[in-house]
Amino acid sequence: MALEAGDRASSTGDGEAKRGDQVLSRAEMPIACEDDVVIVRRKVRSLAQARGFDTFALAALTTATSELTRNVWVHAGRGRVLIEELTDGQRFGVRLEFRDEGPGIEDVDRALAGGFSTAKTMGLGLSGSRRLVDDFSLESKPGSGTVVRLIKWTRY
Amino acid sequence: MRGSIPILRVGGNLLATVHIELRDKVAEAFQEDVLETIEKTGAAGLVVDISGLEVVDTYVARVLADTARMAKLMGARSVLVGMRPEVAATLVRMGYAMDGVATALNVDEALILLTAATERRI
Repeated sequence: MALEAGDRASSTGDGEAKRGDQVLSRAEMPIACEDDVVIVRRKVRSLAQARGFDTFALAALTTATSELTRNVWVHAGRGRVLIEELTDGQRFGVRLEFRDEGPGIEDVDRALAGGFSTAKTMGLGLSGSRRLVDDFSLESKPGSGTVVRLIKWTRY
Repeated sequence: MRGSIPILRVGGNLLATVHIELRDKVAEAFQEDVLETIEKTGAAGLVVDISGLEVVDTYVARVLADTARMAKLMGARSVLVGMRPEVAATLVRMGYAMDGVATALNVDEALILLTAATERRI
């Protein structure tokens, strides 16, 4: 059963490219093992670095990528991440979409509030990642998986 | 995985320099290595230098903080040194400031802290 519009969602924005944003590149990577946490975040880091992200924005984006990739691996076992480079004409952005068909999240609001820990995470992965990026959304339905979308922009 | 991160003896303390990106399994192995080395050497202090780490996510941060707490239970003091500014900013923004973990700017400062702590104990 796939996620449908209107499923339990919580967001700061919607993690989607806006009208006028141009997609410069698009790639998809599988997430299926622990090593993918490092592989995916390295890929995202090198893209963002090439687009001129400053050190702090780079650390924020790379860390959020690490948290969310690990979430897919730990909670769902496997999934994938779509990686897009964007521009709105003035800034560059990286948009990520993590998708899995794992158990889903019972209480999205609680998970996003932070401090709610399961498995081998501290419960700060989701709430913390949201604070590190410019646009974030989480959609989940118990039994049918989770989609997390985010965008991080260069500052100028 | 074990032995990926060298742990050196410096006087009565141990110095571990994390020079490689910490994958989860490496982080866990490092924790066990450190605790066993404390037991084997009877070191009173542990300095963990993370200046080489560009990314510290909450998982790695927890492993590092837990290692310091475990070492403390064994009777050794730990000091975390060299956290990069962007790493510190990211962790605090995420809500994880590694409370209770002693920190220092660099290895020299950490060794001074540990020496002072040991002298107070006598």
